Amino acid sequence: MANQNEGFVCETPNHSGNKESILSNLKYAIVGMFFGIVFVKAEIVSWFRIQEMFQLTSFHMYGVIGTAVVVGAISVFLIKKFNIQTISGEKVRFHPKQFHKGQIYGGLIFGFGWAMTGACPGPLFAQIGTGAAVVVVTLLSAIAGTWVYGFLRDKLPH
Amino acid sequence: MLSFLQQPWHWSIAGVLIGLTVPTLLLLGNKYFGISANLRHICAACLPANIPFFQYDWKKEIWNLFFIGGVFVGGFIAAHFLQNPEPIQIAAATKATLEMQGIHEFTGLIPNDLFSFASLGTIRGFIIIVLGGFLVGFGTRYAGGCTSGHAIMGLSDLQIPSLIATICFMIGGFVMTWFGLPFILNL
Repeated sequence: MANQNEGFVCETPNHSGNKESILSNLKYAIVGMFFGIVFVKAEIVSWFRIQEMFQLTSFHMYGVIGTAVVVGAISVFLIKKFNIQTISGEKVRFHPKQFHKGQIYGGLIFGFGWAMTGACPGPLFAQIGTGAAVVVVTLLSAIAGTWVYGFLRDKLPH
Repeated sequence: MLSFLQQPWHWSIAGVLIGLTVPTLLLLGNKYFGISANLRHICAACLPANIPFFQYDWKKEIWNLFFIGGVFVGGFIAAHFLQNPEPIQIAAATKATLEMQGIHEFTGLIPNDLFSFASLGTIRGFIIIVLGGFLVGFGTRYAGGCTSGHAIMGLSDLQIPSLIATICFMIGGFVMTWFGLPFILNL
């Protein structure tokens, strides 16, 4: 069992063949920065907005996620249709996801946590950035949850 | 211009900008949008403990750690330079429900009476902050992604497993909001 990577494929694979320098990686930090600003300014990081979404008292979050999916889907369609390449001239690679029961069990468990904390992993980082210091505890707990999943993975139904 | 940026942004503007993250990351360097993977990278980097799930070259995914570093900085910038001077507008029905559940501060993005170090010492604060965070981390990895990887990236690529995961995220959220939180928040 030298390298047990089979079955442990990363869910956000980095398909770039080029090894990127620190400087090159900074561009992702800049994209992330704009993303974080949007998260806060559109109040997606707000615990109240998540409560409204699940209490069905506001359209806001449905509008955000729905619009994002439509824009993302059109973009992916165009990239595939016109075979648009990356800025370094590589073919954009997509990889189909495999269904397993984890998407159901894990999805429900994440949904519980989402409603409680009012945050998915992205907003956790943005909330800490806004100065909500106690959210560091939420983040550490989320890291612990990820670790425990990794530890129990073989015993869980998939 | 600044006052325009300071007011809360409309959902359509936010939706377009978040949706554009998908092609931006793909075209900048063949990167697949997915934030929760970072929690795994942090485990792999800090405490792999011979667990096979954490034995991989996390350094190859370091771009994603740069990305969330940027999200943190973006949160800081938005809160300190683009902050909305008005209190957040909350739907009246939700405000009334939350008041009955013992939430009394409605000025910030998150309620101070729930998310503070003082609250962490109470039963309800501990459950929300610590158990809630644990479920987020455990659930996203078990599901193979979170709102970004499944609901936005996966649905954009028309992946059925991502649709199933997203539906389960929503079911879990509804169940917790309607049946769990009324109990937990009153502890």
